[in-house]
Amino acid sequence: MEITVNGQTIKLDEPLTIAQLLQRFGIEPLRVAVEKNRDIVPRKTYAEAAVAPGDAIEIVTFVGGG
Amino acid sequence: MNNLTSLSLKIGPYSLASRLIVGTGKYASLELMQQCHDASGSNCVTVAVRRERLVDKNSGRNILDFIDPKRYILLPNTAGCFSADEVVRVARLGREMLTGSGYRGADWVKLECLGDTKTLLPEPIGTLEALKVLVKDGFQVLVYCSDDVMLCKRLKEAGAAAIMPAGSPIGSGQGVLNPNAIRIILEELKQSDPGYPVIVDAGVGTASDAALAMELGIDGVLLNTAIAGARDPVAMAHAMRHATEAGRLACVAGRIPRKLYATASSPWEGRVTA
Repeated sequence: MEITVNGQTIKLDEPLTIAQLLQRFGIEPLRVAVEKNRDIVPRKTYAEAAVAPGDAIEIVTFVGGG
Repeated sequence: MNNLTSLSLKIGPYSLASRLIVGTGKYASLELMQQCHDASGSNCVTVAVRRERLVDKNSGRNILDFIDPKRYILLPNTAGCFSADEVVRVARLGREMLTGSGYRGADWVKLECLGDTKTLLPEPIGTLEALKVLVKDGFQVLVYCSDDVMLCKRLKEAGAAAIMPAGSPIGSGQGVLNPNAIRIILEELKQSDPGYPVIVDAGVGTASDAALAMELGIDGVLLNTAIAGARDPVAMAHAMRHATEAGRLACVAGRIPRKLYATASSPWEGRVTA
């Protein structure tokens, strides 16, 4: 299936949870926030939140700014 | 004690020992940023929200690893947003990131809704719209805005926790271009509410700009480029700390009136004359 992560098309061989998706990209869950189709996915639900075909996922972090 | 006489600053849920809020952008390295934060004496740093890189992630270095959660409160901003919808979306992402993270700052946000990329000046209509949504959503909102007194009054009425007029355009280093506008804003916003926080955000170029802004009676200064872009950023961070404190103290102490002619400091009586 195909999903979009931060604007990029990503092909997945099997269904994943948000927790597994973060792990796949080597992302530390405590350092990001995740949106699925414009809705925030609360951090405590990452292990259960499933990714479905066509989902648009945003993974954001803090960067330097003023 | 209220914000008028106190040396610490109360905004929304937080009390800041330092009246200087500093940014985290444009530093040559995260180590340099950390040294500058230390030298600035600030207790509060702003951060921006951006997409995480999916590859080549700075070998695992995250900016938060260089910010001590016991020492600093984070102030997430909505920099780079050009509509109320974008502002609300980014503010919520910032809050989610801080919730349960061990860092303080989930309950407030620096609202920045910009008009265009050339001036980076605040877009007043979108700013007010976004503020209303965020207030309803439970945020304490520090609002970056232009130095228009009527707009500032509307923003305060709409529930802004603090008003942050720009001294001059972001990163321009022009200082406070219109001190009289700031004076009028202070008078209008504080007349029946002396502790209401007004912060100059953007435009500070050097220490005297920060001191002058504080002497006007504002409650704090928020700056980034003035330190990060200085030839010696750590030295400038020291300078900004002292300038903010000096300006605050001078404001509380009360300056002498300006006079056209001289007034002698030594007594006339007893002069040795012929």
